[in-house]
Amino acid sequence: MSKRIDVKDLDIYYGDFHAVKGVSMTIEPRSVTAFIGPSGCGKSTFLRTLNRMHEVIPGARVEGEVLIDGQNLYGKGVDPVDVRRQVGMVFQRPNPFPTMSIKENVLAGVRLNARRISSSAADELTERALRGANLWNEVKDRLDKPGSGLSGGQQQRLCIARAIAIQPEVILMDEPCSALDPISTLAIEDLINDLKSDYTVVIVTHNMQQAARVSDKTGFFNLKATGQPGQLVEFDTTQTIFNNPSQKATEDYISGRFG
Amino acid sequence: MSIQTQTPQTPQGDVQRSRLEDVEGVVLSRVRPTTGRPALLLALGALVLAVVLRLGLDMHVALALVLSFVGYLGAVYAVYRHLGGPRVAVDQVLRALVYFAFVCAIVPLASLLWTVVAQGAGRAFDPSFLNQTMNGVTGLHDQDYAEGVGPFVGGAYHAIVGTLIITGLATLISVPIGLFTAIYLVEYGGRNPLSRWIRFFVDVMTGIPSIVAGLFAFALFVQLFGPRDAKMGIAGAIALSVLMIPTVVRNSEEMLRIVPNELREASLALGVPQWRTIAKVVLPTAASGLASGITLAIARVIGETAPLLVAIGYARGLSLNAFEGPMNTLAVYAYYMFTKPLSPAVREPSLERAWAAALLLVLIVVALNLLARLIAKMFAPKTGR
Repeated sequence: MSKRIDVKDLDIYYGDFHAVKGVSMTIEPRSVTAFIGPSGCGKSTFLRTLNRMHEVIPGARVEGEVLIDGQNLYGKGVDPVDVRRQVGMVFQRPNPFPTMSIKENVLAGVRLNARRISSSAADELTERALRGANLWNEVKDRLDKPGSGLSGGQQQRLCIARAIAIQPEVILMDEPCSALDPISTLAIEDLINDLKSDYTVVIVTHNMQQAARVSDKTGFFNLKATGQPGQLVEFDTTQTIFNNPSQKATEDYISGRFG
Repeated sequence: MSIQTQTPQTPQGDVQRSRLEDVEGVVLSRVRPTTGRPALLLALGALVLAVVLRLGLDMHVALALVLSFVGYLGAVYAVYRHLGGPRVAVDQVLRALVYFAFVCAIVPLASLLWTVVAQGAGRAFDPSFLNQTMNGVTGLHDQDYAEGVGPFVGGAYHAIVGTLIITGLATLISVPIGLFTAIYLVEYGGRNPLSRWIRFFVDVMTGIPSIVAGLFAFALFVQLFGPRDAKMGIAGAIALSVLMIPTVVRNSEEMLRIVPNELREASLALGVPQWRTIAKVVLPTAASGLASGITLAIARVIGETAPLLVAIGYARGLSLNAFEGPMNTLAVYAYYMFTKPLSPAVREPSLERAWAAALLLVLIVVALNLLARLIAKMFAPKTGR
């Protein structure tokens, strides 16, 4: 259920603006990879290229390759819609659909794609996804209530349940805890640890402790100056990045001496 | 050469921070607590003054009111300046001006509603008025009625039905065009040149005088059917939709634009194609706003008279076929009854009909507005735990 991602010499542009330059990395299956770095350095932009969500922004384009188990996401004839069915995404702010109930939110990926699903299968899928997102016990009695009535942390777990209900190979998380309190953050971090056994998880975070706690590998992004493209400075095991980084910039950032 | 910098002189010795009011040249305005009671008393006084001016000096009502209002402003400023300080006084004066502006806005509206109800209510709910058309009704009937020999005949049944048919057709034409244009502008067009041009022309269309829309529709149908048979209901519907489409586009565009982008991204990230994202996520989320926007656009055109006068002509009897022959609507009916009474000698019955039709039209618009609110409430995203 989880796949390996190879990124080769990826350059990302917004119109004429060169946003991210020359990223190459390999993301192992069944692992958690974290990206850290200052604001505006292109972490989120890079993350969004892994399921072609950056294309939603007009003028965005990439050069280079992203291979998921050897298949190039940017190859000719690859439909972005198919890519996104394989690579799920959780966003910074919880965004359940306000017109739908909790259950409908979980099943949104299936229903919106108009795949046929029997009601028993729908029930089973809802329960499995909500259990997978550690939310089942909290909401099992009110599946028909609107998803917007949940707390922020619950909404974010609902969004994770929605993402895993379509059974993707990879789950991308763009600062999933930045709008949450410490307790909800802990719940999400526990969940990320559980998800690791089934999925490849890639997470962008501003919280370095979080990166240290949840990830197996860490990538540090930086940019030389404003207006310059962001770059992947260092990519290694989390242990190495936090204890013995090879680059001065990484060490400065980790220890808080940065800018 | 050395660079000399002049350091600003710091006050010697006085390191302790002084309070702002102790600094020379600073005057703080102090506010003393006040109540609203003096303002109320002064307002009563101003009212009394107005009555005195009107009755005692035989002034015009409006002049008396304005004079006493100006007097009130001066008095309230003086009193509150004494009681609470200049800031409170200015607050009270501006408060009075805001209320005055509110009254100025509401008075014509209330007066209009009152006049329509007072003049029209007597006839508008008469079953015979609601059930009859003007077919075969002549000035002689009106004269008989005025002399007390005959019953009141002739009604607006055909005009009510015509209003509903023509506005309904206009809605059927405008809503798909307007809504799809808005979807293109928001979801696909972005800021490309085509959508900039569309926006520009929609804005221009918003300002088209309604008579021009009517002439356009009439000219179009003359081309198609010849001058003799050009007047028909559908021509009116097309004239109205020319007026309605820009409103629908603009309203819907605003409504679609406020749907959070995060919802679109959430849907796209689930591997949902864009058209399904629009149909299943964006439109339902915006549904309440779209529905009320469309209803308001309908309310805006339902009372149009000029374009319909040109495009649909004037029918005395009931015509259910919008594709053949003249029809009638409430607005046109009221216009004709007012300008061309059946019996020039006895205008009263015709004026009564005009007012009754006006009242019915107002009621339909009010009902549409209530309906818009109801729909908005029905579609509104559910909350609750």
